[in-house]
Amino acid sequence: MNRFEQLFEKVRKESRKALVGYLTAGDPDDAASLEVLRTAVRSGVDILEIGVPFSDPTADGPVIQAAACRALANGFDLRRILAMVSALRRETEVPVVLFGYANPFYRFGYDALCSEARAAGVDGLLVVDMPLEESDEFRAAAGREGLCWIPLIAPTTPPERARAILEVAGGFVYYIMVTGVTGERHEMAADVAEQVRAIRRLTPLPIAVGFGVSNGAQARQAGKSADAVVVGSALVRAAHDGKLEPLVRELRSALTN
Amino acid sequence: MMQFNPDNRGHFGVFGGRYVAETLMPALLELEQVYRDAARDPAFRAEYERLLRDYVGRPSPLYHAERLSAVYGAKVYLKREDLNHTGAHKVNNTLGQALLARRMGKRRLMAETGAGQHGVATATMAARFGMECVVYMGEEDIRRQAPNVQRMRLLGAEVVCVTSGTRTLKDAMSEAMRAWVSEVRNTFYVIGTVAGPHPYPEMVRDFQRVIGDETRRQILDMEGRLPDMVLACVGGGSNAAGMFTAFLDDTNVRLVGVEAGGLGLETGKHAASIAAGQVGILHGSRTYVLQEPNGQILNAHSVSAGLDYPGVGPQLALWADAHRVEYAPITDREAMAAFHELSRLEGILPALESAHAVAEARKRASALGPEGMMVVNLSGRGDKDLDTVLNYEPI
Repeated sequence: MNRFEQLFEKVRKESRKALVGYLTAGDPDDAASLEVLRTAVRSGVDILEIGVPFSDPTADGPVIQAAACRALANGFDLRRILAMVSALRRETEVPVVLFGYANPFYRFGYDALCSEARAAGVDGLLVVDMPLEESDEFRAAAGREGLCWIPLIAPTTPPERARAILEVAGGFVYYIMVTGVTGERHEMAADVAEQVRAIRRLTPLPIAVGFGVSNGAQARQAGKSADAVVVGSALVRAAHDGKLEPLVRELRSALTN
Repeated sequence: MMQFNPDNRGHFGVFGGRYVAETLMPALLELEQVYRDAARDPAFRAEYERLLRDYVGRPSPLYHAERLSAVYGAKVYLKREDLNHTGAHKVNNTLGQALLARRMGKRRLMAETGAGQHGVATATMAARFGMECVVYMGEEDIRRQAPNVQRMRLLGAEVVCVTSGTRTLKDAMSEAMRAWVSEVRNTFYVIGTVAGPHPYPEMVRDFQRVIGDETRRQILDMEGRLPDMVLACVGGGSNAAGMFTAFLDDTNVRLVGVEAGGLGLETGKHAASIAAGQVGILHGSRTYVLQEPNGQILNAHSVSAGLDYPGVGPQLALWADAHRVEYAPITDREAMAAFHELSRLEGILPALESAHAVAEARKRASALGPEGMMVVNLSGRGDKDLDTVLNYEPI
């Protein structure tokens, strides 16, 4: 069983929903960032999405853009991010997803990246700007190293396309609840439960929902139909303000029962 | 004959593709289908061609620049895209895309712009077809291309000031893509160049190829033979793609793409993605990109806002690798000199973008000699650049 399977089995036994937390690596520097990741895990994040900062994050809203800017100001080296994962891996079995844009991975080389990521303790990859049609090469490299390829499904994705995407998916499915960039929102989409049910008919994989969740009440609502809830911008902001732990505890508690 | 058309997923060799968030994929697939249907629809073609003639003012003249020829030492023709309605080649494409938007029932156009020519051309079409229009433009470009900002606003468009990054074209495009993700259901994104995700590079080339098709006919009428050399400036590459496509199979015609050399390639402050970039993935396609070795995108620099972009269209990257098109950098200073020279010798104020192509023509003319013949694509007029030119202080 891979770490995702173990985690979702455990969460099911505890009859709660998993909390997936996104944090930008290296924000504001490596040492502080590693502490932020540790705090996140200690406070209750079940799956870590470690954001690889990119100069042109075309799917991210202002909070994650700013975090990427702060991180890049210290220089950028994917190996330093993998070293953070290694350090975490010595302390925890929390599943780790490397989450980023295609170009830094492409320049590193898909084979080299997957092999080094696996060695560091990464469990899955999520590449925001690499849809099914462009992912053959990277997915094959990930498969050779036993890394899960975590797909995005959007509200605009028609069912037959979702089916094709899910055929090559692993770990869990990330359903984007709103058409838009990442960031906190006041109102949640209305038809999430229906969409999640439709995806569930196509795959046995656990389903995480995200985009726009920033507090416990929203997490509880979003988590009703799903297996996990992703929180990104709100965590990045809280980490920046030194208020990560209470937010993670609030979210975790909202997803229990 | 070399094959330069993309495969069915928009790959020009190893370049191109559709590197976008999943949210946008269905829209791109739909756009591709609508475009294929429209391209086969005689009524669509007829309306596009009628408006190119009656509204844009095509065909644009091919002009023998006699005084410039005498100074440069070869026979120089200028393809006068600057005489199009709105003052540049950009309108050929925005007309086509606005017709597609109407066909898809979209009532709102969105665009990114650098020099503002594409923004103006998009705002113009929005006015012409009764659509809403929002244009994303970097703060730095809003400053240096102020007349075009005023024109867009007079045409009824909303100009959104982009303050991220270097506040130029790259950042305007990133911001436009973010906005498109949010508004993809009701908004048609009018990309202004042959970059971005498939089908844009192919579609924009098709809407711009009228430039080269006309030029080829005109030069054969006037001279009874093809030119020895054709030059065009390259930012994203739409005027070059539009000009070169008609000549790709004429292997005795040398094609020269002119990139922005900025302060000089050795300074790192330039926008010469093909000369000095590496293969990477930016704004939806794989192509040559100015970047750090670790894949973070570098900021471009050019005195000309329309060339100030760290990437290039995927087909231009393929033409480079296939050695069908030569690329050369022209510095800010050389472009500025060409601007003044063309203004004084021919009474034509060129866009600073186009002045890059003129400057490269000057360098290559004497090698061709007086019997040699070259065509320079004069992609736009220079009125928008007066502030930049008057305040230019060479470093």
